[in-house]
Amino acid sequence: MDSFSDQFEKRNWAEVSAKINSTTSKNIERALEGAGEGGMDDLAALLSPLANKEYLEDMAQLANQLTMQRFGKAIRLFAPIYLSNECNNVCDYCGFSMGNDIARKTLSPAEILREIGILRKLQFDHVLLVTGESSQKVGVDYLYDSISVLNEYFSNVSMEVQPLKSDEYSYLISAGLHAVLVYQETYEKKSYSKHHIKGKKRNFDWRLNTPDRLGRTGINKIGLGCLYGLTDDWRTDSFFAGMHLDYLEKKYWQTSFSMSFPRIRPFEGELQPAVDLKDRDLVQLLCAFRIFNHELELSLSTRESPALRENLLPLGITTMSAGSKTNPGGYAGNVESLEQFSISDERTPPEIAAMLRSRGYEPVWKDWDSSYQCQGEVHSAKKLSVEQSTENAMLIS
Amino acid sequence: MSGKTDSLTLGNFEFESRLFVGTGKFESGELLGQSLSASGSQMVTVAMKRANPKAKEDSILDFIDSKFTKILPNTSGVRDAKEAIFVAQMAREALQTNWLKLEIHPDPKYLMPDPIATLEATKELASEGFIVLPYCHADPVLCKKLEDAGAAAVMPLGSPIGSNQGLETREFLRIIIEQSSIPVVVDAGIGAPSQAAEAMEMGASAVLVNTAIAVSRDPVAMATAFSKAVLAGRMAYLAGMGKVRNKASATSPLTSFLS
Repeated sequence: MDSFSDQFEKRNWAEVSAKINSTTSKNIERALEGAGEGGMDDLAALLSPLANKEYLEDMAQLANQLTMQRFGKAIRLFAPIYLSNECNNVCDYCGFSMGNDIARKTLSPAEILREIGILRKLQFDHVLLVTGESSQKVGVDYLYDSISVLNEYFSNVSMEVQPLKSDEYSYLISAGLHAVLVYQETYEKKSYSKHHIKGKKRNFDWRLNTPDRLGRTGINKIGLGCLYGLTDDWRTDSFFAGMHLDYLEKKYWQTSFSMSFPRIRPFEGELQPAVDLKDRDLVQLLCAFRIFNHELELSLSTRESPALRENLLPLGITTMSAGSKTNPGGYAGNVESLEQFSISDERTPPEIAAMLRSRGYEPVWKDWDSSYQCQGEVHSAKKLSVEQSTENAMLIS
Repeated sequence: MSGKTDSLTLGNFEFESRLFVGTGKFESGELLGQSLSASGSQMVTVAMKRANPKAKEDSILDFIDSKFTKILPNTSGVRDAKEAIFVAQMAREALQTNWLKLEIHPDPKYLMPDPIATLEATKELASEGFIVLPYCHADPVLCKKLEDAGAAAVMPLGSPIGSNQGLETREFLRIIIEQSSIPVVVDAGIGAPSQAAEAMEMGASAVLVNTAIAVSRDPVAMATAFSKAVLAGRMAYLAGMGKVRNKASATSPLTSFLS
């Protein structure tokens, strides 16, 4: 079956980098005038150093217009729910890395219900299930059971875990899984192999073709992205993420896509980022991708500071996390298990919602209904029975 | 003819010319033959109901130079998927080609293509090894489904067949062209060379013209005109067209927080 890796191998990193760096004013003006109609050529121009230096305000204005037209003044809110920090990979940028001497924890069903109770009280209706990569302790059956439970309380359950096979994804979708986030981290093979030192994650191509395996299942949404800081040439890295998006969107045309731009944050480890992605660079990335793809969901996590998050809002952001805990059991107050990365925006969800309203945005808590995919009576009946169940009621009170 | 553009790969064939032509409505076989050579087209479509490989006299096939031009049998006249599949198999046998323009119109008045039957027949014929080019509505979702079903290209209509109205479906064609991973051939309704050029400027892979050439006062001259228009449109598309500028509305700066 053909996959993205075939296309990927045809493009040469150095040539793409040279193309981006030789961008002229004409290229950028053309991309702005056509609002990104020129596809990958426009993306290359918009990611260039020249665009950063001379055209950032123009890009921001256009990105703002396009976002208004497509999404209006609405920001979807979600919370990550970390189920496990067990991990068999050694990656030098991640707090969950196997070598790190931290308390390991995988939530039991009862502990998951506690987290659910707190998140529901905070008004969350969209959640993102997150784990490390440990197929023994956190296998597909564990994920299936967890999604089934989450699905009873939330309208939208997404997932960010290790890459799986197509039939495994289909199985999880049957439990109510809506979306899968699988960031390539970096599209630069040397850096990829440098930072992914041990474990299954070392397999670049397996990860690269994960969105294809997802696309074949007909999943609702796939999330892509790079982790900025792993490779010094972030412009070229993001270009390849754009190429991946373009390929997937054409091929799996019934799926929608999101893109994130996480930057490496301080954590208990020693990695110094290969590049310091400046706020200005992050602005450029956001605007470039909005102009490149008008329908793309652009998501911003609590890694970023409150002030920056607010300033980035009008530039194309459609989705935000709020009040995140990045350790298993974190919402219920577990402080022993170590977090994946430290967050920067520590405001509570009600504070974030109030901030959004004061800036003229509507905080959107529910923008999907999982009964669409689980089809009807079984699911709604389940929802009722769950609320009536005293055992569960005790756990979530 | 001066100039050339990139060739079009479709099925297993490279087309130098992006003008496809139909063979109906010409006043004589001779005129058809002359028009075809003036058009420079390498793909002509022939209705199986008109082709008569056995009878020497009434066959339009005699006027087509099959060394230079690919013959694309079409299923014009069929009303459902079953009939279409039958005609396709007949065409394969009679003309020794697995190329097929699939058209199914249950409605004899406007000859509107039946999207459901077309999708069904495309699936079946592609699985039987046909290179299927379905004629269809300018419906972006239908076009993606035809692509998934194994079509080699899609042929959305510009306006009702034979109407000369041009690209009334323009906005939908734009979406189809943007989304498609297979060639998009704008078929039906193209009445003037300028309309053919417009389709090519938008990024269509090719256009199919019949009535506008066949019923003009001078089909040979009109075929030449279309040939030039298609070339011009393709060249303009490749060269990159200037944009209609929108006036920017004055807003407060969005990046001042960076400084």
